[in-house]
Amino acid sequence: MKEKKRKKKRVIPGFGLSLGVTLTMLGFIVLIPLGSLIVFSAQLSFRDFIETVTRPRVLSSYLVSFQTALIAALIDAVMGTLIAFVLVRYDFPGKKIMNGLIELPFALPTAVAGIALTHLTTTNGWIGSFFHKFGIEIAYTRIGITVALVFIGIPFVVRAVQPVLEKLDIQYEEAAHILGANGRQTMFGVIFPEIFPALIGGFTMSFARGLGEYGSVVFIAGNTPYETEIAPLMIMSELQEFDYASATSVALVMLLAAFVILLINAVVQGRTSKIVNGIG
Amino acid sequence: MKRFGKKTIAVTTAAILALGVFSGCGSNDKQSDTASGDEVEIVNVSYDPTRELYAAYNDLFANYWKEKTGQDVVVTQSHGGSGKQALEVANGLEADVVTLALEGDVDTVADAGLIDAGYTDEFELDSSPYTSTIVFLVRKGNPKDIQDWDDLLKDGVGVITPNPKTSGGARWNYLAAWYYFEKQGQSEAEITESIKKLYQNVLVLDSGARGSTTTFTENGQGDVLIAWENEAFLSVEENPDDYEIVVPSVSILCQPTVAVVDEVVDSRGTRDVATEYLQYLYSDEAQKLEAKNYYRPSNQEILAEYTADGDSNTITEIPSDGKWIITNVELTDISHFGGWKEASEKHFTDGALFDSIYEEK
Amino acid sequence: MSNNIRKNSGPVKWILIGICALFLTVMLILPLIYVLFTAFEKGIRVFWNAVTDTYALKAIQLTLEVTAISVVVNTVFGIFASWCITRFQFKGKKILSAFIDLPLTVSPIIAGLIYVLTFGRQSVLYPFLQGAGIKIIFAVPGIVLATIFVTFPFISREVIPVLNAQGTDEEEAAALMGASGFTIFREITFPHIKWALLYGVVLCTARAMGEFGAVSVLSGHLRGKTNTMPLYIELLYQGYDFTGAFAVSAILVLMAVIILIVRSIVEQMGKKEGE
Repeated sequence: MKEKKRKKKRVIPGFGLSLGVTLTMLGFIVLIPLGSLIVFSAQLSFRDFIETVTRPRVLSSYLVSFQTALIAALIDAVMGTLIAFVLVRYDFPGKKIMNGLIELPFALPTAVAGIALTHLTTTNGWIGSFFHKFGIEIAYTRIGITVALVFIGIPFVVRAVQPVLEKLDIQYEEAAHILGANGRQTMFGVIFPEIFPALIGGFTMSFARGLGEYGSVVFIAGNTPYETEIAPLMIMSELQEFDYASATSVALVMLLAAFVILLINAVVQGRTSKIVNGIG
Repeated sequence: MKRFGKKTIAVTTAAILALGVFSGCGSNDKQSDTASGDEVEIVNVSYDPTRELYAAYNDLFANYWKEKTGQDVVVTQSHGGSGKQALEVANGLEADVVTLALEGDVDTVADAGLIDAGYTDEFELDSSPYTSTIVFLVRKGNPKDIQDWDDLLKDGVGVITPNPKTSGGARWNYLAAWYYFEKQGQSEAEITESIKKLYQNVLVLDSGARGSTTTFTENGQGDVLIAWENEAFLSVEENPDDYEIVVPSVSILCQPTVAVVDEVVDSRGTRDVATEYLQYLYSDEAQKLEAKNYYRPSNQEILAEYTADGDSNTITEIPSDGKWIITNVELTDISHFGGWKEASEKHFTDGALFDSIYEEK
Repeated sequence: MSNNIRKNSGPVKWILIGICALFLTVMLILPLIYVLFTAFEKGIRVFWNAVTDTYALKAIQLTLEVTAISVVVNTVFGIFASWCITRFQFKGKKILSAFIDLPLTVSPIIAGLIYVLTFGRQSVLYPFLQGAGIKIIFAVPGIVLATIFVTFPFISREVIPVLNAQGTDEEEAAALMGASGFTIFREITFPHIKWALLYGVVLCTARAMGEFGAVSVLSGHLRGKTNTMPLYIELLYQGYDFTGAFAVSAILVLMAVIILIVRSIVEQMGKKEGE
């Protein structure tokens, strides 16, 4: 498990400096502020804490967030991989534009995205009116939340998978082709295992981001308790009650979830990068 | 030894760097803190629907203050959900005055120690220079024939109102409905049942009053919006062909509350101008301005000037003579519910009545 | 790169491209068009008035300032952090990199909240800050901090993979030959990472300009003082000034598109150099 590399003296200078800067900045910007979150939620006793974070309405908001973020991340994973594949493997007019567009969700303020998506998907919006004919409502339902989260998460997957696909030795595929593998076999037998870690990375990122997203979702969600109330909205509503302890408790749970997701990702990445290194 | 030295350098460098970020931009807004000279600056933290009112009032007050003292006054506005705004002031947002949607929110600031007790007596009429009430905004021609609160319970009526957990305005809506059912002689269990039915008809529970209005008007959701009177009039003024206003038989007197934030004005030396800023809200000019912005003035004479003749409960267009106030409505107020503290404990805190409405699906 | 498969067109290729194009059109382009459409719906003059309003200009200025500071700080941090993580082996490295990535997944609401808790009135630090006359939250420094927080990992995430791929041999050789740390960085490391770094800077800029949730929690919404463009857009939107809201959005979108174009150019140049 442990990476016991040659335990020789560090040759490259700058360890102290770089670690120092990194830790200090991390401390100031991330750790101390996050610490105060823990301090504030510690105002509650453990039992109260558990009770606060497991109230039925809070639980259902986790569920809404989890469910929509998961579905959105899955859609992102599928579509993101496809887009990355198309961008890497094919030449076609407008490719540069398509490639340039991917980061748009990073750049577009989430509130603007939320407002625009809501207007588009209500029953009299450009998209919503189309689906309305088939009895599908998008805005103010969980579908709407999912749409907003797909929007937020798509760049994570595309940008994770794309570089790996680019590097992937095209000879692999050709070899597989010559050996008689058909398109699907090439896809699943050769390409997929290679991009898998990157895909997981992108997927977890968009999933974690989706769990916490507020700005774009709050416009489109409708915020009906037990139906379309997301976890970040619960924090806002606790704050409205001036209930810092409860707000920070819910925030802490979400934070832990995000951290666990990242840790899983780090472990997966660590393992696979070892595999890749082993091959190379 | 050598390493230790390097580490020290590293940490110091980083610390300086971080400090640079803090202080470098800390100096940016220093100049705004002064209160002497020929220009004075105050911050008014208010809630969402008062933007237009205070945009106009700030000009009015600036002229008045200039004439009186020769000083230019610049008022910086901050608007947002009332509860959120109160919380931010309690957290250190430096407001000289707060003009919030309800007394409960000003209490939050007071509880944090920023406003001295007894602030409601500081200005006339419980420090509430203008009032409003809760009305219905319906689509033109009132196709669902909504006349009163019980019409909102009918099947197939889509109601839009914000979430009382996150919006001050929504609490007034809820309590007004409660009072109506109480007046019908319903027991508390029956009232709860009626309220539950009402909220089952709610299509979208936005987080703030403005969000609800947008959902109803721009996004075309629902048949009726439970709204602040001034918001409803604003919508009719903007789109006279699309909406009309129905005033229910009973409603609630919403008393937005104003207060000087003692701790801030004392440290910034702006007490005089801040106090005068709020006091001047009661002047005739200001009261007329409030009426023009569809708030009910507290000065009875001016109120009468803007009161509509006749006893119709429906406003299909903005009256050309400016007489828009319908007095043909029985108004209760928050004291009926034992004040904000009691009301929110009973209805709105976690696990209280409002939460129970949505339980047991 | 071989072109055999690229040339292998046929229906599959076009179906796949079609699916992607449709998806991106509906998900990304349509909202963009909607924003622009609404911004110019009432004519160019209304648009122009909305974006040249004093408060709008102040919001634009503030956004640019905040973005610039955040990007500089994050660039410095990103370089140090990537150097630290890729060039040395030490205990807790995995945890450290997980912590660096953490802000990316923290809800923006929480990001804002933690600073309010740390520097707000009920914090233990408040009396000191007050005494020193330092305002952090509900002022520009808080907005800067929150923006740094949400864009914290953007640069290191771009640089680390490049440094990892490059390996440490060259730097070790240089170090053994007695080159100083700075020389090694300038002569050997920097040329390798410059494109990745630039790409990270671009992403960081884009994200910093558009941040809404975190900034919204701690800005105080003081008109003309602490309203960044996204907050100003919300303000207009909440004031039923949809045209104005989307007009300012259009400016922001325009800035974002410029940045994305810069990004493509950067990528092209990087690729060319790599070949």
